Amino acid sequence: MTASNGPRPDGEPGRPAATPASAESAPGGLGRRRFIGYLIAAPTLAVVVPYSMTSAQAAAPADLPVPSLPQPEEIVDLGDVQNLAAAPTSGLITVRVHEDGTASFAVPRAEVGQGMTTAVAMMIAEELDLPLGKVRVTMADARPELMMNQLTGGSNSMRSIYIPVRTAAALARQRLVDTAARRWGVRASDLTTSDGVIRHKGGRTATYGSLAKAAAASATTRLETRLKSPDDFTILGTPQNRIDALEAVTGRKQFAGDLRVPGAKPAMVARPPTIHGTVAAVRNAGAVRRMPGITDVAVIEHGVAVRGETFGQCIDAIRALDVQWKPGPVADESDATVLRRLRKATPPMAVPKLPVLPKHIDAEFVFAFASNSPLEPEVAIADVRSGRAEIWASLKVPIVAQEDIAKRLGLPVHAVTVHVVEGGGSFGRHLFHDVAAEAAEVSQKMGKPVKLSWSRTDNFRQGRTHPMCISRVRASYLGSSVLAYEQRHVSSETDFGHGFGEMLTSAGSKLPIAGNLTVAESIFQLSQSSPYDFGATTQLLYEIPLKFATGSMRNIYSPNVVCAQELVVDRLAAAMGRDPLAFRRRYLKDEKLKAVLERAAEAGDWGRTLPDGVAQGVGVHHEYRGAVAVLVEIDCRPETVNRPIEHGVTGPRVTKALIVVDAGFAINPRGLEAQMIGGMNDAIALALTSSLHIKDGLPLEGSWDDYFYTRQWNTPPTMRVIVMPNTRSTPSGAGELAVAPAFAAVACAYARATGTMPTRFPINHGTLGFEPFPTQPSTPQSPTDGLDHAF
Amino acid sequence: MPTHTFKLNGKQVTVETEDSVRLLWVLRDLLGVTGPKYGCGLGVCQACTCHINGKAFNPCSVPVSKIKPTDEITTIEGLPATVDRELHPMQEAWLRHDVSQCGYCQPGQIMTAVAKVRQAREAGREIGDADLDELRNVCRCGTYSRIREAIKDGAEHMRQAGAETARPAPSSSPSPTPSHTSPPDKAKDILEEVAGRDSGLFSP
Repeated sequence: MTASNGPRPDGEPGRPAATPASAESAPGGLGRRRFIGYLIAAPTLAVVVPYSMTSAQAAAPADLPVPSLPQPEEIVDLGDVQNLAAAPTSGLITVRVHEDGTASFAVPRAEVGQGMTTAVAMMIAEELDLPLGKVRVTMADARPELMMNQLTGGSNSMRSIYIPVRTAAALARQRLVDTAARRWGVRASDLTTSDGVIRHKGGRTATYGSLAKAAAASATTRLETRLKSPDDFTILGTPQNRIDALEAVTGRKQFAGDLRVPGAKPAMVARPPTIHGTVAAVRNAGAVRRMPGITDVAVIEHGVAVRGETFGQCIDAIRALDVQWKPGPVADESDATVLRRLRKATPPMAVPKLPVLPKHIDAEFVFAFASNSPLEPEVAIADVRSGRAEIWASLKVPIVAQEDIAKRLGLPVHAVTVHVVEGGGSFGRHLFHDVAAEAAEVSQKMGKPVKLSWSRTDNFRQGRTHPMCISRVRASYLGSSVLAYEQRHVSSETDFGHGFGEMLTSAGSKLPIAGNLTVAESIFQLSQSSPYDFGATTQLLYEIPLKFATGSMRNIYSPNVVCAQELVVDRLAAAMGRDPLAFRRRYLKDEKLKAVLERAAEAGDWGRTLPDGVAQGVGVHHEYRGAVAVLVEIDCRPETVNRPIEHGVTGPRVTKALIVVDAGFAINPRGLEAQMIGGMNDAIALALTSSLHIKDGLPLEGSWDDYFYTRQWNTPPTMRVIVMPNTRSTPSGAGELAVAPAFAAVACAYARATGTMPTRFPINHGTLGFEPFPTQPSTPQSPTDGLDHAF
Repeated sequence: MPTHTFKLNGKQVTVETEDSVRLLWVLRDLLGVTGPKYGCGLGVCQACTCHINGKAFNPCSVPVSKIKPTDEITTIEGLPATVDRELHPMQEAWLRHDVSQCGYCQPGQIMTAVAKVRQAREAGREIGDADLDELRNVCRCGTYSRIREAIKDGAEHMRQAGAETARPAPSSSPSPTPSHTSPPDKAKDILEEVAGRDSGLFSP
């Protein structure tokens, strides 16, 4: 990995401000601005800052002297809208310094594996001059007053909290210094700080812990400070290990299912054979209630809940239940019916008005349903009593969960406490609070606390999905000029009912691009833009209203849109007799993308000689104010494709993967690298192996040996990430950034290795490599032969 | 109700539950040992991987009645004690390579890795890419390449630490008197005896 310690220029010269108070375009950049915060009355030092300074980060529009007009995403992207939405809220965030010399901060975001808590701890350690190990970052409960400032999504966390968190830490440091200066009767300017200790030039020292009480304020006090110059950073921008790594490798890290809340016994749900079906009758509830270990049985909105001493006994009870079901809203839908509807809804291409008759490349790509399920099944603990409720779950939008659960339970919002627990992955799943709401319903109906877990099969069959979509592309060219690029993306409806909608309608409507777009169209326009000079460019989203359980999956629309785009780019290159890389070099209009592409070509030895059936592919993408190029090599030779793995699909293997990323300012290059590696493995799964097959209103997939997320036998033996030298003073989004270009690179490599452009994804969707579990009972029984496989 | 006794992380434990309850639920729900994770309950994802008499297995797929009183079960919590260290060399390798993302699969990954290294050594070879391709543990965050690097590194340090042969956790003496557990009230006591820490107890 290459981590840069090179120059970190402030700002992006030549870019006019799109939004007020753009720090990057302000003269002198961030370094010379003063930031404001407050001391608040507390036993030890506590500093609060308003979140409103997030608007300082809103990016500026690109100044593009190019034939293609800028698309909306280039002017204002999704993260900018999240930042704008955050700006007017009065919510405050608090950094505290304690007598044991530690600092703590409850971040209003969810940690689900992306490394957010580590990056936040780095920000605090940097500005406070405190060792990273002395910073404790926990997750805040739902805080309704923060409004849309408590949403983890859109790869926006680092972009929105970078300045406020650093400001709070810098103010705390300044207050500690002032306190020491006053106590010693010396000038603050004669004091220095490092490793949590204040030193006077005369040799006197004091630890932060010893001053934490004295530095506390007795009344709210306004303070101003400056932030460190990036040139002085010793932690930010350097590779750091995760702060929770030791907890993870010792088994001490606690997820929702590991928490012990008094009386919260295991609970599971027998579910219908179609998505969102309902209960008509339960014929043997009494008998099931008398089964060993079972304490309760209750009918709920979409199933029959059981509660018992162990989850194993809950599974036994689910399997014993005799339930008559009513069909759900998509009971008549299967892969084929959805595809027919999508095709029917696809609008014709607008023929561009061109002075000459161009040639066209037309292509249509189909992307199957995909699951965003993390490894940790959906789990929530709920303790609903008369007049109050308490919830524990991994939630990326806890305030929406709180409001909705309060409404469902018939309680005022303040009577519902929502604790955010670390998640065992999310990939979009925890934007919604389905399991928390269900746990609350079960607890209320049983009158007892419950620890509700979905089974693995529930997660695949009844959990939210990235819906099937098709992308139709027409590229018009003449000679060596691309005159027009049109993309019509048609998708089964994606549910954004987790708070993004409210945020966009309030903030998005103030933007020049919003018009009367729906929420989904807005998100599409705010996240998509072609990086190429392809003349008249349009990329539009159409949705069909089917009531599958859907939601955002890591990188939302981009993996599909960019895969289609990059495959057509390779076709254009071929039509013009150009090398794919040389073609991109010529037509890319984004300088950052050109730079990452060049670096990838050089480090990945683009064009090297490979055997027949093995090929390189490249994909590029910019989003979240970051840029990525991915170069892969794929082996499609029969001996590789057909390598045997028991109960596993093999197929083509990506043998080498190189990801080059420009993340603006790389806060933690090691964490950034981890996100790139994860995105690469997601992309391999989406391109080659992982999908849901819908039959009669239910996915057939029920386990990880059915839903083929990338496994060790399909991951690239050689994986390399290059982090480019910082190009800005602030971070881009990173958590989702790699998925789209990596998907595109794998697809392009596959096309070159086989000589056939794939048009259906994943490429093995046409075969069913497993025997589906029966649809009823909804959770399969656990095996009993585990000892036979010990090694 | 039937009682079941076995050695867990070096200590004899006894639990009262139905014969058919899978060992994973005995560990997690009755004994409060939560290092082994539930990822599928189908013997597929390997997130619950533990050792029985030093060999890797999935407790989600073993009824507790199949565990004999002399069987030694080691969970991630008991792994360091098998080499008389604070951390097993494989855990240290995991830290050096900053492998974990969300961390949910990592206890199972590490338990599998240790067994896989031993298996290769018993076959007279070093662990290689072909062995790594056989690992079935799912990591949905996709940190596979760091897992591969850490296993190769950890294998080297296991050799130096003499941790190559399958050794269950050492028995501590005296063994606690077998006490039957009626969950979850006594689980905390058992847990503290077993894991020697305040794991899992959550005070809201």
